[in-house]
Parts: sequence; C-alpha cells; structure tokens
Amino acid sequence: MLLLVQYTLIFASVLLLVALGGCFSEHSGVINLGLEGIMVIGALGGALMMRYLPADLPGIVTVLLVMIGAVIFGVVYSSLLAVACINFKADQTIVGTALNILGTALATVLVKAINMKANPDDVSSTIQYVVQKKKFIQYIGGFEFSWFLVVTIIALIVAFVVLYKTKFGLRMMACGEHPQAAASVGINVYKMRWAGVLISGVFASLGGISYIMAGVSEWKFENGVAGFGFLALAVMIFGQWKPFRIALAALLFGLFRALSNVYIGIGFLNSLNIPSTVYNMMPYIISLIVLAFTSKSSKAPKAEGIPYDKGQR
Amino acid sequence: MKKNILKNEGVQSLIASLICIVLGLLIGFIVLLFINPAGAFDAILAVIKNYFTYSRANLQLKNFGNTLVQTAPLLMCSLSILFCYKVGLFNIGCAGQYVVGACASIYGALALGLPWWAALLFAIVAGAIYGAVVGLLKAYCNVNEVISGIMLNWIGLYTTNMILSAVKEETSPYTLHLKDYAASSILPTLGLDKLFANNSYVSLSIPLAILVAIALKVILDQTKFGYELKATGFNKNAAKYAGMAEKRNIIVTLAIGGALAAAGGALFYLTDFEQWSVTASTVPGMGFNGIAAAFLGGLNPIGTIFSSYFIQHITRGGAFVDKTLYSAQISDLISAIIIYLCGFVGFLKLAMKKGIAAKEEKKNSTKGADA
Repeated sequence: MLLLVQYTLIFASVLLLVALGGCFSEHSGVINLGLEGIMVIGALGGALMMRYLPADLPGIVTVLLVMIGAVIFGVVYSSLLAVACINFKADQTIVGTALNILGTALATVLVKAINMKANPDDVSSTIQYVVQKKKFIQYIGGFEFSWFLVVTIIALIVAFVVLYKTKFGLRMMACGEHPQAAASVGINVYKMRWAGVLISGVFASLGGISYIMAGVSEWKFENGVAGFGFLALAVMIFGQWKPFRIALAALLFGLFRALSNVYIGIGFLNSLNIPSTVYNMMPYIISLIVLAFTSKSSKAPKAEGIPYDKGQR
Repeated sequence: MKKNILKNEGVQSLIASLICIVLGLLIGFIVLLFINPAGAFDAILAVIKNYFTYSRANLQLKNFGNTLVQTAPLLMCSLSILFCYKVGLFNIGCAGQYVVGACASIYGALALGLPWWAALLFAIVAGAIYGAVVGLLKAYCNVNEVISGIMLNWIGLYTTNMILSAVKEETSPYTLHLKDYAASSILPTLGLDKLFANNSYVSLSIPLAILVAIALKVILDQTKFGYELKATGFNKNAAKYAGMAEKRNIIVTLAIGGALAAAGGALFYLTDFEQWSVTASTVPGMGFNGIAAAFLGGLNPIGTIFSSYFIQHITRGGAFVDKTLYSAQISDLISAIIIYLCGFVGFLKLAMKKGIAAKEEKKNSTKGADA
C-alpha cells in the first residue's frame, strides 16, 4: 500500500508540474499542445547534465544543476512555440504537434550520436544516469520520496501566488481573457504571452526530467513520454485551470497510473486477474470519461488559441 | 495586362511548400554537420536519394515499389487529416484510427478468414466507429478533439496488442504471415507487381489510395455535402444558423476521417509487407507523418499525393545513412521540422500577397506620373 502511495505521488507530481505549465500558457492565451515535446527535451537536458557531472559532487548541487539543465533546454525549446504562435500567428495546433514529433526525433538523434561517439557499437537511445539518480532519493522512515516532490509542492504554491496575487499574474490572465482590453490599458500582450509560454517551458521540462527518472531502468528517448503531456492537459481541464484543483486532479490521475505499476502487489486487485494491458489503458480511459463530463461547463480562458492581432476589436 | 502567375493561390501554396522542404532539409543538414561534419553531405544525399543509392536498375525498381507500398497508407492518413481539417477539426486521432484499421484487417484475415475486400471493409467500419467516438465527444461534450484523439491513440494501441495476441506466432511477438495462413486476404496485385521487378507487395492499394484522393477533391469542391462540411469548418454558428446540422457534420466528418485512416492501416497490413508486433509500445508514426504530408500538400488532396510520396521517400531514405555515424531517425527529424515550418505557411502566403500588391501599386503610381 505504501508503494502505491509512493508511485501515486511520483506520477501525480509529474502530471501536476506539466499541467501547471499548460495552465500558465493557456492563461496567457496560447494553447500549448507541445508540452509533450518540451518534456522530452527538458528530460534530455537533465539527463545530459547527469551524464557529464562528476559523480562525487555533493547531492544537492547535482540535484540543482540537473534541474537547471532541464529548465534551460525546456525554455529554449518552448521559445520555438512562442515565436511561431505569437509573432508569426501560426496555427497553435500544428506547431504544438510539430514540437511533440520534433522533440522525440531530435532527442533520439542526439542521444544516439552521443552514444555512438563514445562507443561505436552502442546504438542505444538511453543515457546512463543510475548512479546520479540515487542523489534524488530521500527517506523519511520507510517512506521514499524524490526531491521532485518537494519541487512540485513549491511549484504549486508559487504558481498560485504568481497567478492570483501578483500584478504580473493578473495581467497575464487578462491577456488570455481579452487581449484587446488588456492592450488598451497598456499591457504588452506579446510580452505577456511570451512569458506564459516560457514559464510553461520551465514547468514542463521539470516534469519531463522527473518523468524519466520515475522508471526503474534508464529511459529510452525513442519512446517519448507516452502521452503524458496530453494527460497533463486533461488534468488541467479537469482542474478547471486553477492550481489547487489541478493538484487534486493530478492525484486522481496519478493513482490510476500508479496502479499499473503496483497492482500485482495489492492482493484483491491481483486476484481479479485483469490483464496488465487494461491497467496500462486506465489513465487514458479515465481521462476520456472525465473530459466528457467536465468539458461542457469549461472555464477555459476565453481568448486561448486565437492569435493576438493588434488591429482587431 | 499579363496576369501575375504568383497571384494564383495554388502556385503560392506550391512555393510555400517548396520553401518548407528546402529549409527542412537544410536544417536537417545542419544537425548532421553538428553531429559529425565529415559524413554530413553524404548522409543528407542518402536521405534524398533513397533507393537511387542502389546501382542496379532492378533493385531500384523493387525499392521504388516498396516506397510506393508505404506511400499508400500514408496518403490515406494524410487525407484523413486533410478532410477533417477542412471542417475545422484536427484529427490527430488518425494515428490510433490507423492502428484500429490494422487490427481489424489482420484479425479479420487471420482469425475470421475474411477475403481481402471483406477485411478491408471490416477495417473501414471499425475505423469509422472509432473516429465517430471523437466526433461524439466533440459534438455533445465539447471535448477538444486533439486531447481525446491522443487518449484514443493509446487505448487503440493497447487494445490492438491485446486482440492480435490471439493470432501471433508462437515464438515471436509478430502476427502470423498472411501469405502462409490467409492467402486469400492479401490484396490483389492487378499485375502491378510485374512493373516493379516482380515486387509482390505492389498491389491494389496504390491506385486505390490515389482514387480516394481524387474522389475527396471532387466531394469537397463540387458537392453540396462538401460545401456544408466546409461551411461548418469556417463558422460553426453560421452553419447552424443556415440550417445545417453542425453536430451531425462534426460526427460524420470524424467518422469519415477514421474510416480513411483505418483503410490506410488495412491497405498496408493486407499487403503482408510487415507483421504487427504485439509488444509495440509506441503508436506507429504513420498517422503523425500524415500531418506533415497533409500540410505540405497545401491541404489539397491532389497535392497530398505528391507530398505523401515525398515524406515516405525521405523516411525510407533515412535507412541509407551511414549507420556508424548517424541514426535513421534523422528523416523523422526532417519531417518534424517540415511540419513545424508548415505553421509559417500562412505568414509566407501573406508576405507574398503583400509583396505583389506593393509592386503593383508602385507600377500604377509610376504610370500615373507618366500620364
């Protein structure tokens, strides 16, 4: 049972981080469908950092540097979305989708190139980080948790405060509701939307690196992040674009995702003899059902997905 | 006055697509340079040349055939994306509908012993139903079709793996070969195999996919049905006001999109070119490449025929790069860059229009000064 709690927290924190990213982007008026790609690239940044950092560095320094590495990669990558969608008014769906495909392809090509350079026979798409990974794990009694959980809780509080208690956050949300009105009182809509997208890059890349480290073995970059970016969007919609509600939604989805990892250890679930594939499908099915019930009375930012045009009334 | 050829919408699309291709290849080349400057030029050349890397004409022809065999399903997927996009819907669930088509056709062939046409029909019906789910969720529950599509992609993949486990080889994760267990379900070659150095995979699927593209062009441009769908895409509320059943149109569109993608899956797996692996852990890229092909083709069914071929050509070309230096995924990278650049097509076209308008104005004003 403890294991279930642990895994639920791991997956919930990944979903929460990424969903908060989506939340910032959408509040500024840009639908970020490229979260999945940003996760992959962020994970790449963090994993590369782990690979090249000396193993004898103090734990906390490694943890911080890995997160910084992930964030830098993620922010740079998310600027591809910002420039296309904000400055060039490109279709946000196409660009987001392109970023998802590009993220996995780019990461695979780069990781394979790095591996082949080190050892010509090594054509795998994994990065070795098992040793470094131990530095992320902390124990309180028998309870195991990762530093990412701490970061997630901080992120949740910061996100809430920034969005609702600061001038910056409220102005940003105005740009997602009615950009022309925001512009009329002197807010630079382009800047605010850039900020929203880049912040989503920060959160999504942290989510990405924590996602690949949740696995027992090294992550294959070829596989991408298995729809987690989109699950996070479902979490965000279920949470009605509000940070604390998103956190609750993330816990629910995290629980269903965790079940597929640990159901064998839970007596009554194991005795039901349900094939493991069904557990694998569970988060996706649940999210469809949840979306079906919550999308109708959607509290989505009103101007999301519409490129801002100065001349429009 | 001579009509400016650049004013033609089609010509503008073509130019924009060519710019995307050239830039995509260029950026791919830069990435290769970055990885290893020595072999970069040969590698990008290999991607572009694909089967022309072979020196024997026979092998070239055979591999040209193989590229076409894989182009047919890609074309179907991109038509699915294109058709839905015209109605204002982004059918990213195409990838999952393709998987469902593969599942239904393989299961129909191996477990139910259906002949090829029945297996194809079975796949089309399954895909239409699967696509309609997205449509129902969109029309009645306001669920974003992109998110529900992605969820259904994964659900489809896992379900397919589960169902096809019943017809897999005992010692491998692959489904049984159709030619050994269900020869009647392999698509007829119509003698096309003779044209491609006896490549038995070259079959009905290629002409059929092209016919579907032409049919879609006619439906979208010439029929009332197509007009209604496009009107729904332009403005849902206006369409509703004009008495069109906008909810029904959304569901029908996604059902057709699903049917097209699923037919693509069937047209590929019923050639017995590849077996399905029931341990597949990622959704096949065919549906996602379909997005690249649809936009690169300027969202025109006829243009899509050529862009699908191009995407498949470079995807297969990736296999010819020097594997000691680069990985085959370089072609995925290039098609992803092309999709990204397609986002700028609207801007490019606008820039072209503005450029022409500015030139004409200048001409007119000098004329005015002369008079």
